[in-house]
Amino acid sequence: MTAVAQASGQKQIKKYSPVADFFRRLIREKPLGTFGAIVVVLLLFCAVFANVISPYDPVVSNLPDRLQGPSIRHIFGTDNLGRDMLSRIIYGGRVSLYVGLGASLVNVLVATLLGLISGYLGGWFDVLVQRVVDVAISIPSLVILITLVGVLGPGLVQLILIMGINGGIQWARVVRSGVISIRENVYMDAARSIGSGLWHMLSRHVFPNILPMMVIIFSVSIAGNIMAEAGLSFLGLGLPPPTPTWGGMLSAEGRRFMYEAWWLAIFPGLILTIVIYGVNMWGDAVRDLLDPRLRGGVGRYARAVKREKAKQKA
Amino acid sequence: MGSYIIRRVLLLIPTFLLLTIFVFLIIRLMPGNVIELMVLQHSHEQAGQQQIDVEAIRHMIGLDKPVYEQYWNWLSGLFRGDMGKSLWTQKGVTADVMARLPITFELGIFAFIIAQIVAFPIGILAAIRQDSIGDYIARSISIIAVAVPSFWLATMVMVFPSIWWGWSPPERYIPMSENLGLNLQQFLIPAAIMGFGMAGLTVRMLRTTMLDVLRQDYVRTAWAKGLRERVILLRHVLKNAAIPVVTIISGQIGVLIGGAVIMEQIFNIPGMGRLFVDAVFTRDYPYIVGINALFSSVGLFTILMTDLSYAWLDPRIRYK
Repeated sequence: MTAVAQASGQKQIKKYSPVADFFRRLIREKPLGTFGAIVVVLLLFCAVFANVISPYDPVVSNLPDRLQGPSIRHIFGTDNLGRDMLSRIIYGGRVSLYVGLGASLVNVLVATLLGLISGYLGGWFDVLVQRVVDVAISIPSLVILITLVGVLGPGLVQLILIMGINGGIQWARVVRSGVISIRENVYMDAARSIGSGLWHMLSRHVFPNILPMMVIIFSVSIAGNIMAEAGLSFLGLGLPPPTPTWGGMLSAEGRRFMYEAWWLAIFPGLILTIVIYGVNMWGDAVRDLLDPRLRGGVGRYARAVKREKAKQKA
Repeated sequence: MGSYIIRRVLLLIPTFLLLTIFVFLIIRLMPGNVIELMVLQHSHEQAGQQQIDVEAIRHMIGLDKPVYEQYWNWLSGLFRGDMGKSLWTQKGVTADVMARLPITFELGIFAFIIAQIVAFPIGILAAIRQDSIGDYIARSISIIAVAVPSFWLATMVMVFPSIWWGWSPPERYIPMSENLGLNLQQFLIPAAIMGFGMAGLTVRMLRTTMLDVLRQDYVRTAWAKGLRERVILLRHVLKNAAIPVVTIISGQIGVLIGGAVIMEQIFNIPGMGRLFVDAVFTRDYPYIVGINALFSSVGLFTILMTDLSYAWLDPRIRYK
């Protein structure tokens, strides 16, 4: 008798946690997604502790040591001003991370705000927002980013806001269609019939349903935002020197010295590629685990195949 | 179908107007305007000489008029095929842009063709030979292709052949009229780099949607009827798998334009991208607005073509 009570008590303690379940499935089902998560965590670590782990100062030049190849003292070599490339790459990661996470956060906020209002309320506001979304989708991203950075001037906050708002407007359509399909549910009618107010409907019924979508938008946006920041820095429209950025290290300025110093060409690009790869895999895994439908009608099929294979094995 | 097309085309007009108004306004409302830049350059060139008249310049380049009037002038000029004059040189923008448009166009089309020629056979083969070695190789390369930044790849192509073999891509631009062969040769490398990234995404999408369609009942029926593999793949599978692929490809057009801007910088190709970046640095408003309008028109045209191809691929969309 007491044993049963104890057992049921233990079961109650072991509450279902969606976050823990998500990570359990990530590790079990998505090895590449797990790799991506590790890359994100490593990037986060390097960015936060850049001043602790980087062996040299990334900005102060040290001309006697200029253009030295990779060695034990300078693992990734030094650039034309004698600055340690490893330290510069670590600090460059800080910029990439700030822009990647910051702009993605703004993406989510803008997309949710616009999508929620225009999807739930509809009416003239919806029509207006839809035209604005059309505009944001029809201008090639890099072109409007170059225009706006040219206007606002380079800077971290400007980059985050420009990329965040531009991308957020584009994502608003995804949130809107999600909100519209939620609005059609019977439980919404039920909630309305018991006299729930607008705020209650949004916060208790709509918002929890679009929460997975918000996590997906955040995760999927990071790679694109990091890539866009690198592209802008490459064109000389990112953060002004001497702030080290991965795109800036590969720009025309640095290219003049790459002919005699190959390591200048390799390492920033390689690190950028690995990070984009990892973050992409992370975003894909998050999307597949939280809402396979957003992938384009493949999710159910993939799961069915997996079930079939498991059956054959058994 | 006819009324469907007309409806889609009419929807483009407000979008285009809204877009140009936005770009027109934003570059005028922000700090650090072109007049300050001109004054700065002037005082740089002729130190100690007489103070220049800011109002006179403003009047000369037409920035003293109300913004709505400026916009109206610009828009009515656009319908006559006139995009205004450069604020710095007073040269006509239209002629300059039109001279460079074909160059960027050639680069983009070239890259687009390369991407599709590479992506379609590989994507289809990866799907029908699922889990073969070829499939794994195709998948791995396509994932990498998406992650490698095009400007890094281009930088490597500039630097390493030069270090190893003393060869580097030509510095001088060769127009098509001068030598077609050399011109195509020059465009091949940047176009291939742009196409590579684009192909990666297409291969992934094509493979997954093809796999989905291959398991459908009507495909099994087609096999059972004894149709040839080619007919089944092209008519039954590919056409039904095409919609997500078309979405991905059309979404890539904007990326392609951005890629062209970057490639023109690296490979010294005097296209619209170069003109655009220069104009942004000098804040030459008519160029910025004109090129934005032009690139966005390509974007709008892409959206239109995408919608029409949906309707063509899936008749249900037409009758909605």
